[in-house]
Amino acid sequence: MPNIVVLVKRVPDTNAKITVSGGSLDLAAVKFVTSPFDEYAIETALRHKEANGGTVTALTLGNDACDKVLKDAKALGVDNLVRLWSEGWENLDSNGVQSALASAISDLGSEVVYCGKAAADSNAGSTGPGVAERLGWASVSNASTVSFEEAGVEAMIPSSSGQARVGLNFPCVVSLDKGEMEPRRPNVRGIMMAKRAVVEVISADAPTPTVNVIRYSPPAEKPPGKTYEGAGNVSSVVQALRNEAGVI
Amino acid sequence: MSNVIIAETKNGQLHPSTAELVTAANSLGGGITIVIPATSDSASATASSIMGVDKVITVIADCFSSYDASSWAAAIDAVAPAGNLILTASNDSKDLGARIAARRGMPIVQNVISINNGELTSPVYSGKALVTVSLNGNAVVTIRANTFAAADEGGSAVSSVVNQSADVGCAVREMIAKANARLDVSEANIIISGGRGMGGPENFAQLESIADVLGAAVGASRAAVDAWDGIGHGMQVGQTGKTVNPNLYIAVGISGAIQHLAGMRSSKYIVAINKDAEAPIFQHADYGIVATWEEVLPSLKAELESLLN
Ligand SMILES: Cc1cc2nc3c(=O)[nH]c(=O)nc-3n(C[C@H](O)[C@H](O)[C@H](O)COP(=O)(O)OP(=O)(O)OC[C@H]3O[C@@H](n4cnc5c(N)ncnc54)[C@H](O)[C@@H]3O)c2cc1C
Ligand SMILES: Nc1ncnc2c1ncn2[C@@H]1O[C@H](COP(=O)(O)O)[C@@H](O)[C@H]1O
Repeated sequence: MPNIVVLVKRVPDTNAKITVSGGSLDLAAVKFVTSPFDEYAIETALRHKEANGGTVTALTLGNDACDKVLKDAKALGVDNLVRLWSEGWENLDSNGVQSALASAISDLGSEVVYCGKAAADSNAGSTGPGVAERLGWASVSNASTVSFEEAGVEAMIPSSSGQARVGLNFPCVVSLDKGEMEPRRPNVRGIMMAKRAVVEVISADAPTPTVNVIRYSPPAEKPPGKTYEGAGNVSSVVQALRNEAGVI
Repeated sequence: MSNVIIAETKNGQLHPSTAELVTAANSLGGGITIVIPATSDSASATASSIMGVDKVITVIADCFSSYDASSWAAAIDAVAPAGNLILTASNDSKDLGARIAARRGMPIVQNVISINNGELTSPVYSGKALVTVSLNGNAVVTIRANTFAAADEGGSAVSSVVNQSADVGCAVREMIAKANARLDVSEANIIISGGRGMGGPENFAQLESIADVLGAAVGASRAAVDAWDGIGHGMQVGQTGKTVNPNLYIAVGISGAIQHLAGMRSSKYIVAINKDAEAPIFQHADYGIVATWEEVLPSLKAELESLLN
């Protein structure tokens, strides 16, 4: 029966206003949630267990504020909660994050890992394929539907000509896109279980970062646009797209 | 310092974004090698003719007939010289870049939109902030299409071909072609998208007929994708859909929720058509028309046809 790991990351709510001041982010007033694509990863992991048995471990790399996203995963039905953290890890680069996650996954003895296609803060999409490569596992990214087999999984992914149905043997990493499924909501029993749940905290080695953040800045302001009242102005807009913007 | 571009091909031709990657590599400084993973060397001449390129290596392997992360990474890693690796920030190249970075124990910086004095800037938090980083050593860097100017032609780089094989990690069992041959939103230079304000999926035919005139892709808001069969998730633009960066984005009956903006705010020009003058989309539009789509779309189509046909 599969030993399933799902990666979950704590990120600002996608509705939150992100304030930049003096080259730094000010996230003090921001509500944090599980990264949206990770909700699809959790849903897939739980469906995998429901289909084929096994256990689901939610794994996050982060400080103790990240216990909350683990407990939220517990409320949905995952079995075990593991948080990976060490002193001085505030500024890990992708190399550090992936090395640490890969070593934790290997220690957990997992054969299939689900994660989000990209985190809502980094928008990177590096972690799934990067962890897979470090473990020497197969991977697919942007999977929309996953079905479960004895020795692997089958996933639908976008391809240059449309979609492809691909099969992966264990061990493998699958990063999840939104797809057709609706992630479940916690029920009362789950919420009670989550309150009592214990988070296991572990550590690992991580290489010193070589990509270092210099500053954050707000996105470039666009000059204010022109708004026309009424459909009679379509011609003016089309002319502007041709003559001012030069895009048609 | 050495920069190695991993190019994409489409139907055997070099992807035009490659010349943009050369400009990005130039701003990092140092020599430039283009590595082309392919099944034949049909793209090498175009690559050699990009100004500023020193060397072109075409890597030929069976696995390159369809994308597979692990075998591609292995085959390319065996051939690509050391240095910074530079790829386009497309779905496949971001994934491939991450695998090669991990294989070489390097960090990766995704979605770069500008490079100044060795500092790389990328949008994060869905475009709500930009982060600027420095590199202390080699890195894999993916570059957003449409943000760097294309390097000129007129180069004459040395070209070679290497045959390589690799184990295939994931088996493609079936390719399912798209029902219609319309361009994907992530590939298009012009996108026309519809939202809940379109009233129903049948009305998307009007967007499609305008897309045909413009050679555009048709996109949708999540509200439209969730509400209506036939408006597939592949069309969704936004936080949980695709991030697009076209020259022109036309939003029809879309309010402009922050999660929709997350996917399209970096478009060069934005046109909004909405009946509600207070809709937030107008704050981000270069050109807005306050009117119903029923009134606007027929005349928009007629105007475009007379201009373009
Ligand atoms: C975690 C999360 C992720 C999300 N991800 C995405 C995402 O990826 N993409 C996305 O789009 N949304 C996403 N959303 C949803 C987002 O918050 C909005 O609900 C959605 O974008 C609204 O879609 P809409 O603009 O089509 O609909 P509405 O907000 O209902 O707007 C419809 C608009 O149509 C206008 N209208 C009505 N009739 C007409 C007419 N006849 N002519 C012209 N205009 C008309 C109205 O004035 C209105 O402004 C996400 C939300 C969450 C919480
Ligand atoms: N610190 C982390 N802890 C746990 N999972 C993570 C972490 N960072 C990234 N991930 C996982 O990897 C996915 C992609 O992240 P990214 O590569 O940052 O876009 C996320 O959606 C998570 O599933």
